[in-house]
Order: sequence, then structure tokens, then C-alpha cells
Amino acid sequence: MLEPGRARPKPTPETEHFWDGTKAGELRLQRCDDCTKNYFPPRPFCPSCGSRHVSIFKASGKAKLHSYVIHHRKVPGFTPPYAIAVVELAEGPRMMTNIVDCPQTPEALVLDMDLEVAFTPMDDAITLPLFRPAKG
Amino acid sequence: MRQKAVAIVGAAETTELGVIKDLSQIGLHADAALNAMKDCGLKPSDIDGVATAGETPIQIAHYLGITPKWVDGTAVGGCSFMIHVRHAAAAIEAGLCKTVLITHGESGKSQIGRPPRPVPPDSLNGQFEQPFGPMGPPSLFPIPVLRYMKKYGVTHEQLAMVSVVQREWAAKNPRATFKDPITVDDVLNSRMIAYPFRILQCCLVTDGGGALILTSAERAKDFPTKPVYVLGTGESVETPMVSQMADFTSSRAFSVAGPTAFQEAGISHKDVDHLMIYDAFAHLPLYGLEDLGFVPRGEAGRFIAERNTAPGGKLPLNTNGGGLSYMHSGMYGMYALQESVRQMRGIAPAQIPGAKISVCHGVGGMFAASGTIVFSNVAP
Repeated sequence: MLEPGRARPKPTPETEHFWDGTKAGELRLQRCDDCTKNYFPPRPFCPSCGSRHVSIFKASGKAKLHSYVIHHRKVPGFTPPYAIAVVELAEGPRMMTNIVDCPQTPEALVLDMDLEVAFTPMDDAITLPLFRPAKG
Repeated sequence: MRQKAVAIVGAAETTELGVIKDLSQIGLHADAALNAMKDCGLKPSDIDGVATAGETPIQIAHYLGITPKWVDGTAVGGCSFMIHVRHAAAAIEAGLCKTVLITHGESGKSQIGRPPRPVPPDSLNGQFEQPFGPMGPPSLFPIPVLRYMKKYGVTHEQLAMVSVVQREWAAKNPRATFKDPITVDDVLNSRMIAYPFRILQCCLVTDGGGALILTSAERAKDFPTKPVYVLGTGESVETPMVSQMADFTSSRAFSVAGPTAFQEAGISHKDVDHLMIYDAFAHLPLYGLEDLGFVPRGEAGRFIAERNTAPGGKLPLNTNGGGLSYMHSGMYGMYALQESVRQMRGIAPAQIPGAKISVCHGVGGMFAASGTIVFSNVAP
């Protein structure tokens, strides 16, 4: 479970499928049925070609560490130092997240390391997609 | 080439910079605006166009007693004022108005009359960035840096030189907040904020403001000040979320705004005598130098570390000391523009002798937006 106090996301009609997915243990992305582009964050049309013919699919949950900072200031819900990371999903899109089950140090957080999604409940309604080092 | 016909005739910052306890944010706008009007001998009734960010053009026009025929409230962060210059030049050239006032004021430090700017929890940022613990620009803006460092082999020492060199420029500027020399070791031993960045790689937080007055180049000749001509301009935006920028080693907005301005001005890099690149954080001059094409990809760290942008170097950069040492109220772009104008007028504290062309490049948000202006003191 997470420390209390984090900023809590509030889903909108366009993003509800994503947050329903994390709660159900699925990382849901979208794909354009016309140009085949995978994309994130959610929206009901393709940001690459403008098509409204898009589908929701379950992503693998595999990712690589793309970049990060290790934040040293106090933020509600966090005990510094903690990493604010961006991961690149195996399917292409990137997302911001935190890295769990891993020391929050430059030595342990190596760019391009393999990660896997770790669904972490915030409360009864919201589950956050965090990531941890892949178990191989 | 239409924007060659427009010039800046009035330019001023607030009377004070730093910690200003006796003015609210709109008061800082007004102080700068009145100083800029005095600079070129105008009154509020002479102004027929208003552009601003932070406050609305309605608030500024009403507060100063101006009845505008043209307004621009483009508010895309710290480069809004570069974009205002671009829009104002186009408006003057199109005959929509004759004399434009652009104002900035920000009580960044004292927080007097500065509305809070919460991130709505149902916005994209609120859903897909805020839950992971960012707290403002120092936690977000440096997120791409490690990727840039890995791709190009840039060292912490090279990055630290950005702060060292800009402090050297600041030492020449009596109005700079920080003037004492610093070393690479000082930077690398300063308090950690968001690894890889330490406090000396993050901008100041101060109070202040600035204002510009633009008119046609033809009318500019009748003003008491030396005209600073707008040769070329560019603007673009990319994404409100730093996590979603297409390439962590390059800003798409920079790569559109910069070349657009150069092309419009009809200049090449060797023509540039003076350069300002908005430095809210120490990596921005590196991205700016590369995205604007001053150096090949991956070479900006070495270029700065080898003192090419330092006093006496071949490409004087951020000669007021920059956001890292001069001042930074939150939307710093106005102060970069003011330094370009001072350099073109020949009155900068660290004046570049004989400088004829100055490029002023701004960022808004966390690589969210960009505006670039090419200035000259030679009539086009």
C-alpha cells in the first residue's frame, strides 16, 4: 500500500478505461485501427492520424527505465529521496511512474533496465501502475 | 520578411528586482510598464495594443488606463513574452494597432497577489504525472537530463560548468542576485534537489517584472531611444507533460521556433553576436544550442565546458547571468528579452562590443512551449 497523501487522479470519460484496467490488474493502452499506432495517454482518437477508429488493448506490462530524477524534497505521500521516473513500455508509449522494490539511488536505477508493472492500490477506487525491476 | 518593419522602442524592468514587499503582482506589471513608457516618452493613452501573461490583458489595460484595439493573452509559460513580440509584430504590420505594450510582473518570491496554480486532478497532468510525486518545475524539468547525459556521454562536471560560466557573467552585472564566483566543486557539492540537479543548477526565485513597447520601424525613428529591430520570430508548443515529450534529448518546440526565426530573419549562425537561452535549469542552454543549430547534437556540454559561451568566448550566452544567477520570477522570458534589447542598444552591464544581432530563445512550461526572436540594431 501507499503512504497516504498522494495527489489522487480523477478519471474522466476518456480515461476511465485506463483506471478501470489498473484496478482489474491490466495496463490498458490504445491503438489506432487505421494507422496501427499505439498511444498514451488515453483519448478517443489517434494523436498520430486523427482517426476515431481506435481500440483498447491490454499491454504486456513490460518496460524499460527511460529517465528519472531522485527527488529530495518533501511531498505529501512520499518520503524523500524517491525517484520520479519515466518508463518506455514494450508497446512504445512512455509514462511517468515510480520504481518500487528497488533502492532509490543512481547505482540501482540504471537507464534501460528491464521493469515490469506493479499495480499498487491507492484506495478502493484507484490503483496506480508503478513499476519494479523485472524478475527475469 | 514583414516583421523586419517593427522595432522595440521602449524597454524596462521593474525599479527593483529580488525581494519586493511593497508591490503585488499587478503592481509589478504596472511599475515595469510605467518605466518602459518613460523610457520612450509615451503615456498610457498612446498605447493601443496590450499583450501580457500571468495577468489578463483586461486587467492590465484597466489598471493602466489603456483602451486597446488589439490584445493578446497568450499564456504558455515563460516564453509567452517572446510569442507576444511575434504576435505584436504581425499585428502592427497588419495595421491592427500602432503601439503595443507587453508586460510581465511576478511576485514569485513574496507571493503577493499571485493566484495559486493548482493542477486539476482530472487534467492529463493531474491523472498521469501528479500521482507520482512531482512538486513543480525543479522535480519535473530535469527528468530528461539523465537520458541526454547517457546518449551523449555528457558528464556532471560539464553540466556544472553551465552554472559556473553564468555566474561569471552575473559578476559583471550590478543588478544580478548572485555575483560571487563559484567552481565546479561548489556546484557538485551544493544541496541536492532532484538528482542529477543540485540547487546551483536550479533557477532563483525572485520578484520582478519587465515591459516592452513596439511600434513600426518607420515610427521608431521618432523616438528618443535607439530602435531595436525585430528581424525574425518563431513559436511552437509540444506537450503539457514532460513525460510525453517525443525525444528526451531534444525539444520539438525549440526545433520549430528557432529555425523559423532564423529563416525569417535571413541570418545564419555565424551572424549571431549575442545569444540568450532561457535557463530555468542548467540543461536548457545545452538543448537550446543544439536545437537551434549552434553546435552539432551532443556537443553542447563540451562547447560550454570549453568556455565558448563565457566572457571572452566566441558566443556570449546569457550575459545578464541568466535565470541561474540574475533573477527568475517564474516566467523569466521577459528578462532574457530585456538583456537582448540592452545589448542591441549598447548599454548592457556586460556589453558585447560591436554586437549587431542578438538571438533570444525562450521556453515555456517543462519543454511545453517555445518562442525565438532575432533582434538587430541595424535597420533592415
